Amino acid sequence: MMNIYRKLLALAVVTAGTGLLLSVTVYGDNDREEKDTWLSQSRLDVASVKNSAYQAECGSCHFAYQPGWLPERSWRKLMGGLENHFGDNAELTAEDQGKILDFLVSNAADKSDFKRSKRISGSLKQEDVPLRITDTVYFKRKHHEIPAGYIQGNKMVGSLSNCAACHTRAESGSFNEHEVKIPGVGRWDD
Amino acid sequence: MVITTTLLLAQTASAGTTVDTLLDTYRAAGAGPFQAEAGQRMWGETYRSNSAPTERSCKTCHTNNLTASGQHSKTLKPIKPLAPSVNAERLTNSKRIEKWFTRNCKWTIGRECSPQEKGDFLLYIQNQ
Repeated sequence: MMNIYRKLLALAVVTAGTGLLLSVTVYGDNDREEKDTWLSQSRLDVASVKNSAYQAECGSCHFAYQPGWLPERSWRKLMGGLENHFGDNAELTAEDQGKILDFLVSNAADKSDFKRSKRISGSLKQEDVPLRITDTVYFKRKHHEIPAGYIQGNKMVGSLSNCAACHTRAESGSFNEHEVKIPGVGRWDD
Repeated sequence: MVITTTLLLAQTASAGTTVDTLLDTYRAAGAGPFQAEAGQRMWGETYRSNSAPTERSCKTCHTNNLTASGQHSKTLKPIKPLAPSVNAERLTNSKRIEKWFTRNCKWTIGRECSPQEKGDFLLYIQNQ
């Protein structure tokens, strides 16, 4: 796999000036991603949707939570208060903010058919507007048995917000409990 | 990965140019001359603002060694080194630089940085 990347990279570097091969490379990468999604879609817990602006702007500070973890009303509220984002300043330009909000809203939990999106959405009352996924009833039910020492007291995890610390395939949208591996503890099967 | 690396290579040459262009913008706003030493002093300073319950500084997340990786103080997500000498991607994108100035000055100092302070910071970081 690495060899292919290296060859592609070498080619891309040689012809970077022309721009032609660059676009071919971009195309190839997209193809691969689409195939992955298409093949494994049914096994995923939340839709694995990719958006470069979201990935860059939000994913640089924390795990890029899939939009399918919160309903539209939550994303709207959250994106309206980025200057105090859980104590951090996460301000965006108006253009980026609009783009990212569109992405979040169109892939929100209450618009998704994926298993856990439906469950998380179903666990909320209409008047509930959670800003943290960890505050939802469904999330709490799924994590209440884990000792605090494995999470908050574990320097390699820190908090339940750090999905990818334990869910080894979190980035792909897979949160199967058999894939859980808590750093310093090992597998977690309840 | 291929895309990122290729774009990165295409941009690398502009690291110095990006900083120069930004410094010109700050000069146009009345700032300058800029001093790396002033940037270094601010880097090491600890700030306490009304909105922040704990003391904050650049070092909180980026450490005192700009060639080393840092870590987000809350999410623990690794932050790649800021020093261009070890991370060629740094200081090559003016939009990204301004975005992080806005966010980080407000979080750390409790206000936006002045054009003078931003220029001093840029010179300090560029030398690392």
